[in-house]
Amino acid sequence: MRPFVRHAGRVAALPRVNVDTDQIVPKQFLKRIERTGFAPVLFHDWRYRADGSPDPTFELNQPAAAGASILLAGANFGCGSSREHAVWALREYGFRLVIAESFADIFYANCCQNGLLAVRLVTGEIRELFARHARAAGHYDVVVDLEAQTVVDDAGFRAAFSIAPYHREMLLSGLDEIGRTLLEEDRIGAYERDRDEGRGKGEGW
Amino acid sequence: MTPRTLFAKIWDAHVVHPLPDGPELLYVDLHLVHEVTSPQAFEGLRLAGRRVRRPELTVATADHNVPTGDRALPIADALAARQVGALAANAREFGIELFDLASPHQGIVHVIGPELGLTQPGMVIVCGDSHTSTHGAFGALAFGIGTSEVEHVLATQCLVVMRPKTMEVRFEGAAASGVTAKDLILALIGRIGTAGATGHVIEYTGEAIRRLSMEGRMTVCNMSIEAGARAGMIAPDDTTFTYLAGRPRAPEGERLTRAVARWRRLKSDDGATYDARVAVDAASVAPQVTWGTNPGMVADITARVPDPAGFASAAERQAVERALAYMDLRPGTPLEGLPIDRVFLGSCTNARIEDLRSAAGVVRGRRVAAGVRALVVPGSQQVKAQAEAEGLDRVFRQAGFEWRNSGCSMCLGMNPDILASGERCAATSNRNFEGRQGRGGRTHLMSPAMAAAAGIAGHLVDIRTWA
Ligand code: SF4
Repeated sequence: MRPFVRHAGRVAALPRVNVDTDQIVPKQFLKRIERTGFAPVLFHDWRYRADGSPDPTFELNQPAAAGASILLAGANFGCGSSREHAVWALREYGFRLVIAESFADIFYANCCQNGLLAVRLVTGEIRELFARHARAAGHYDVVVDLEAQTVVDDAGFRAAFSIAPYHREMLLSGLDEIGRTLLEEDRIGAYERDRDEGRGKGEGW
Repeated sequence: MTPRTLFAKIWDAHVVHPLPDGPELLYVDLHLVHEVTSPQAFEGLRLAGRRVRRPELTVATADHNVPTGDRALPIADALAARQVGALAANAREFGIELFDLASPHQGIVHVIGPELGLTQPGMVIVCGDSHTSTHGAFGALAFGIGTSEVEHVLATQCLVVMRPKTMEVRFEGAAASGVTAKDLILALIGRIGTAGATGHVIEYTGEAIRRLSMEGRMTVCNMSIEAGARAGMIAPDDTTFTYLAGRPRAPEGERLTRAVARWRRLKSDDGATYDARVAVDAASVAPQVTWGTNPGMVADITARVPDPAGFASAAERQAVERALAYMDLRPGTPLEGLPIDRVFLGSCTNARIEDLRSAAGVVRGRRVAAGVRALVVPGSQQVKAQAEAEGLDRVFRQAGFEWRNSGCSMCLGMNPDILASGERCAATSNRNFEGRQGRGGRTHLMSPAMAAAAGIAGHLVDIRTWA
């Protein structure tokens, strides 16, 4: 996993709440057995019209959003289906982080697994970012620093965000979580023996 | 000892080791696998040269992507066939039991786990699927995970998880006649919103929950994710134990007796505290129907389509306007009487035998309205066989319903069962997101009896007035 430390980039704004993973990657594209190939179908049904041409009214199709690497969205982003394809698609499209007021639990966990930083800011800060993005007609950049846990722009915006220390470390180091867990082999083996022999902790609840 | 919740008892018993910086390493008792969210996980194992640690605690089925027509025919969609084929090859290579399309036990993963007796109280159960919350109906801690976590569980039989918060949702009193488990859970989501329980595991308590069958409890827990919850759970009781007895993978005889004694202790202790509490007066819940594009956009069947102007925040008003435009609904339109084009009786929410019985009771001796196309997709091949043994297939067929083989089908339309753009569907599934049942399709979620009645009437009806 590619570590995430600090990132400066263009913001694309998606001012909608409850963006579900069915919208991020519609079901007809979940048939792939690879982790790749999802960028072209990110937000498919919003991004393209029924005839397959790009919908010019969709936020990511605005000229100013070209090359954006930071997605700014409304509350409860990533709700619904557990499909990690949603995170793969966002990453492959070029997003390194998503900023929103809140995220759905499974989506958030999937982000951490793929080096996509999910930044939670409070309502007022989100509103301010949307306003600044609108005032700049979409030509709006910010810098996000995971070590300092801040989002700043060059015109005085500054917000601090919190993140669980474990997730922060995981992203900063690009941790291989499976490798990390396998280091606990002795403990897993001991737990397993007790469990399988009916001496587990579950016997006493 | 400090009083503990049901959740805490199961969680504590599965902690292998607390990890630095907060999360815990949790042991998994049952890992369910399906074709859509697993191929990349198996590929990851192969690339790293890893094995499946406990293949015997892992069970696979093909459900999301499978056609529901003639099982003797090959899968026509080449990509779907490749994905289903990959599951079979992975199951073989890694030594995992698979219920494939030829198996009499094939079905939606959240229907077959309970039906086979694989799902048992006190377990930690995971699956690369958000509706894994269904299994919590048995007093298990069951939650959905992403594909990277699927790979983690395959490789280690453990998962790294932050301990979630707890929420008690108490349904006080008894539900009125015509009000089902589906209505209770939709009413809750309408009240707390689709992010109302984010970060929490819900424990459902109260008289209305205790009175539910296992099928009903599964419906409630299934849709916990639609309230944003990590999982939903219900303490096991005699209803649970009776359901489990005699299931192929449940303990038998002396082992069952011992297990039941242990399971009886699986309930929240008096005085246990939750991080949040919600109380719902079950008697006041009316049959529910969704009008919008997420399950929180729901109302009593007697209500009207809401006016965006009536919502507090600009974000809500915008979301409602967008939803009404997508659903082609005007504020003030009565929900009862709204014409529909399609009926979908299926999904892991409402395609168990009790659901089919309830719908069949409504359609018996009647005909689907002219111009309406109606589909029954049993949750599993076992449910299908049971329904056929009871003659329900004939009831549906004579009424003009199509009778299919099991799978997720039009719940998400990965297979050929989809809505055409603009079609309006009375559905028993769990998600009414834009395009969920087909691009441009319009989904109204409701109970099986309500969906069946809508098919007969050709429009949404209040089941309480159905003679
Ligand atoms: S029936 Fe629908 S919700 Fe249930 S597992 Fe299948 S796709 Fe998911």
